[in-house]
Amino acid sequence: MKVFKGRIVAPGNVTAEAVVSHAGLNTLASFQGALQFGDKKATCGDQNNPDLYNKQMAGKALCLPQTIGSTTGGLVLYCACAMGRQPAAMLFSMPIDSLAGAGVVIADVWLNDEKAKMVVVDSLGEEFLNYVKDGMSLTVKEDGTVEVN
Amino acid sequence: MVLTNEQQAILNGEKGETLAKVMETVVRYGELFGAEKLVPVTSKYNHLVTSFGLKMMTPVFDLMQQLIDAGVVSEQKFSADPRPLDPNVPQNLLQKIVFNVAMYSKQDFYEGQLQTLGLMDKNAFTCACYLDQVANKPQKGEVLSWAESSAVVYANSVLGARCNRNSGIIDIMGSIVGYVPYFGLLTDEGRKATWVVEIKTTKKPEAQLLGSAIGMKVMEDVPYIKGLDAWLGDELNDAACSYLKDFGAATASNGAVGLYHVDNLTPEAKELGESLIAEGAKTYVIDDAELQRIYDSYPVIWKNKDAKPKLCFMGCPHMSLEQLKSWTVRLEDSLEAAGNKKVVIPTVFTSAPAVIEEFNKTEYAARLKATGVILSYICPLMYMNNPLSKSMPVITSSNKLRTYTTARYYTDEEILEKITKGVK
Repeated sequence: MKVFKGRIVAPGNVTAEAVVSHAGLNTLASFQGALQFGDKKATCGDQNNPDLYNKQMAGKALCLPQTIGSTTGGLVLYCACAMGRQPAAMLFSMPIDSLAGAGVVIADVWLNDEKAKMVVVDSLGEEFLNYVKDGMSLTVKEDGTVEVN
Repeated sequence: MVLTNEQQAILNGEKGETLAKVMETVVRYGELFGAEKLVPVTSKYNHLVTSFGLKMMTPVFDLMQQLIDAGVVSEQKFSADPRPLDPNVPQNLLQKIVFNVAMYSKQDFYEGQLQTLGLMDKNAFTCACYLDQVANKPQKGEVLSWAESSAVVYANSVLGARCNRNSGIIDIMGSIVGYVPYFGLLTDEGRKATWVVEIKTTKKPEAQLLGSAIGMKVMEDVPYIKGLDAWLGDELNDAACSYLKDFGAATASNGAVGLYHVDNLTPEAKELGESLIAEGAKTYVIDDAELQRIYDSYPVIWKNKDAKPKLCFMGCPHMSLEQLKSWTVRLEDSLEAAGNKKVVIPTVFTSAPAVIEEFNKTEYAARLKATGVILSYICPLMYMNNPLSKSMPVITSSNKLRTYTTARYYTDEEILEKITKGVK
C-alpha cells in the first residue's frame, strides 16, 4: 500500500476502483454520453483520450491531472452529480482547475442529495499519477489521504 | 476571503436565501483558488456558454428557475452561445425528430428562461459575441464574468479584458452578484507567460493547427508567442483578428488556454513586451515538422475512414464578416478552376445572427448563395453531438469541432479543395 496526501476540495470517505487519465480530462467530450444519451455508467466518449476512451467513469475513482476544454465543464460535472452519474471520487495530481472547481462548488452548494456526492482531492502530485493504475483500489479519507492498494 | 460589508450582508442572507447561495457559490469558487477578495464586474454585457435546451440538462434549468422564482437576476444583460437548431441545415427526417423531440425539446423553454434572466436581444446567440456586429465587445482592462472558452481567450488576449475561464453557471452567478473572485487571469501575475513559443515555420501556420499544438503543449498555462507577427503583421486588423479567433479557440479546446500573448501584436505584448515572460518559462519550438506531427496525430474515428463526406461545417467558432467575404471569393475562384458551379459536398458556414444580417446587406451574400453554401447561425457542435450525426462523415477545418465530435479535420486549403473539386 502506498499513501498520498492532497488538499481536500470536497471531503468524504470512499473506496473505489481507479480509472486513470494521464492527459487532461476534457469534461464535455468525456461526459456527453452520460448526459445526452442516458449512459448511466458515464462511459468516456473522448476520442482524444486513449487512457479513458470507452471506460466507465461513474462510481470510479477518477485520477487525472486537471480538466480541459469547454467552459461547459463545470455545469457538465454539476449535471453528472445531479443525475447520479458522477465518479465516486475525482483525484487531481495538480491543483484543481477553474472549470472542475466550479462544478464541484456548484454541486455542493445547490444539490442537497447524498446520491450527488463526489469526493474531491487535488494537489496529489505527479508521483501519484505515475503510480496509480486502472483497477487499483483507492481509499480516500476525509483528511485528503489517498491509500492505493 | 475578505468581503466588504455589502458582500458579507448578501452572504448572510440579508437580501434573500437564493442570492446568499449565489454569493456562497462565487466566494467558495474564489477561495478554492486562493482569491482574497471579490472585484466588481465592469463590462457592459456578460456572456453565457449555455444556450441549448437539451432535455438532459434539466438540473441546469431547475437551477435557473430557482433564480427566476426568487427574482435573482442580473442587472447586466448578456449574449449566449449559438442555438443548437436551424431548419436550414441539412437533416434527414430521423434527425429532425431526434433533434426537435428527443434532444432539444426544452429549447423554447430555456430561451424563455434566458430572456427572463437578461438576454440582450432575442437573437443574441453566438460564441463570437465580441464581433463588432454583435456589440458585446469589452474594452481593455474591463473585468468580465464570461464563460465560453473561445470567447474568454479572445477577450483576454486580443481585447486585453480580464476574465478567468469560468464555467457555465458561474458566469451568470458572478454577473448576478456583480463581483468575481480576484485570482488567475484577473491578476498581473496570472497574466505572465510561463511558456515561450517560437514559430519557425516556412509558411503562415494554419491557425487551427497552431492553436491545437500550443494548447496540447501548454495546457492551461499562458504562452508568449514569438515569430507569429512575421505572418500576421503588427496591426490587429480584421484578418489578424479572424486568425486569432480561430487560433485561440483551438488553444482553448485542445488545451485549456485562457490567455496568450503574441509578440508585437496583442495589446499587452505591445505594451509590455517580453517583461510579460515569467522567470523560468519553458520553450516550445514549432516548425513545419511539428505541425505535421500534430496533424498526423489526430485520430480518424469514422467507421469507414474512406467514406465520402456528407457534410462540411465551417465556423466553429462563428465566422467573422471578413471571413464570410474572403471565403466567398475563395470559393468562387476554386469552383471556377474546377469547372463547377456549386460546392460538391453540402457545406454550412456558421456565423452570428447579427453578422449574417450585415453580410446579407452586401453583394457577397448572393454570390455565396450561388456557390450552394448554406449560411446558418447554428452551433455545429450541438448539431454533431448525437448518435445520428456522430455516424455521419463530416469534415471541418475547426479544431474545436474535431475535438468534441467525430468530425474530421482538414486544413482550410484542403477543405476548399474537397468542397469545390470533390474528394480524391
